[in-house]
Amino acid sequence: MNWEAFWLTVRLAGLVSALLIAIGIPIAYWLTYSRWRLKFLIEAAVALPIVLPPTVLGFYLLVALGSRSPLGRWWESLTGHTLAFTFEGLVIGSLIYSLPFAVQPFAASFGAVDRQLLRASASLGDSPLQTFRRVVLPISKAGLVTGFALSFAHTLGEFGVVLMVGGNIPGVTRTISIDIYDQVQTANYSSANQTALILLAISFVVLSIVYGLNRRPWAVGPWR
Amino acid sequence: MLKLLALVLLLTGTFAMGQEIVVAAAADMNAALPQIVAGYTKKTGESVKLSFGSSGNLTNQIRNGAPFDVFFSADEEYPRQLIAEGLASKDTLYRYAVGRLVLWVPNNSPLDLTKLGIKALLEVSVGKISIANPNTAPYGRAAEAALRHFQIYDQVAGRLVLGENVSQAAQFVESGNAQAGLIALSHALAPAMKNKGRYWPIPLDAYPALNQAAVVLSRSKRQDAARKFLEYLRTPEATSLLADYGFNLSGSAVSTEEH
Repeated sequence: MNWEAFWLTVRLAGLVSALLIAIGIPIAYWLTYSRWRLKFLIEAAVALPIVLPPTVLGFYLLVALGSRSPLGRWWESLTGHTLAFTFEGLVIGSLIYSLPFAVQPFAASFGAVDRQLLRASASLGDSPLQTFRRVVLPISKAGLVTGFALSFAHTLGEFGVVLMVGGNIPGVTRTISIDIYDQVQTANYSSANQTALILLAISFVVLSIVYGLNRRPWAVGPWR
Repeated sequence: MLKLLALVLLLTGTFAMGQEIVVAAAADMNAALPQIVAGYTKKTGESVKLSFGSSGNLTNQIRNGAPFDVFFSADEEYPRQLIAEGLASKDTLYRYAVGRLVLWVPNNSPLDLTKLGIKALLEVSVGKISIANPNTAPYGRAAEAALRHFQIYDQVAGRLVLGENVSQAAQFVESGNAQAGLIALSHALAPAMKNKGRYWPIPLDAYPALNQAAVVLSRSKRQDAARKFLEYLRTPEATSLLADYGFNLSGSAVSTEEH
């Protein structure tokens, strides 16, 4: 059991799911209340990581954000290194990769809030933002926890993107899924088994929390 | 519905048919082998499917029952292990080349490789150095051995990034994400990379010989076709193609003396 890889992955997943709360809530808010005709295009874009192979994302991160692209050069001048092979690179990759797993539950729970409550809040003088903070967010607690937990679990199990842009550096980019892969490839089955079992248990607990909280079958899908 | 089912059956049927062999090959062959196969297919009409990976990974897949007919390894040790385990036929083992490790930098690199040699890795402009994963890839082990041979391993260890196989290590440096790479000569000579950078050959005495060997696997149901393909590998046509990618046996003598 590689504890270094384990804690690295927990740190990555924790950071990514916390950031996704901050990034995901405004996006979900907009998706719920916007009346823009072409909103479905944004909804489709947010859902893309669910269907795209991680290799597509890995490829873009590596090449489009590499030292040959303007964006990559800008990042390099800012930080002194490319995005690949760094913890930040994994964070950015995971943010995109897990975005729908946060935004969709958020948007679903915002959309489920009774509109009469919103009108009541507005008639009492609250601005839309105050209404959102005082009425929608507290009612949507289960959805927020669901989004946090799912993006945490999803990042925990991320493999393809990390394999493509991580460079397998111990303590920096060697996540638990990469560690399992290495163990299996070197026929070190007992170590792979231990790590896999722990990952299985954690994922099961996280999903149990999600289902327990929602008390009805939950599936990933483009609804709101 | 029935029509659809019939179509599906037809499609899957055509894929499963024929004497087509499946070759598992070390990643350093991923530019040369498709060309060799093209020549083979043109000559014999038989088709060959290719699957690339690191030799260690492929060996493990073969142990777990992967349906390959022939195995090209970047380290003869793996086929030898498979022979010992009864998974490959000893009489088919064929050493076709000695693999070479090179230090590769992209064109825009300021490093003067001819002057600095391996010491180029100590320059400040080199951030990350890509090598293949030493646990599964022979070129990764060779890279590690060479760095230790030149006694710079400890100085560069913190800057190494590991490719899943030597091809990925090459891609890391080709794409500019790493500033230098210890990769296979065959990649440096391949059309995809040839004009994009320059290389310095690591002296053969700096790392254990990368004896490249092919073998027919015992579980193969297409033994004849598999042997026929390995026969083709010995033809002048195939050996000259291999030589274009830096694969020849000239380092072989050195390695046998050492062992």
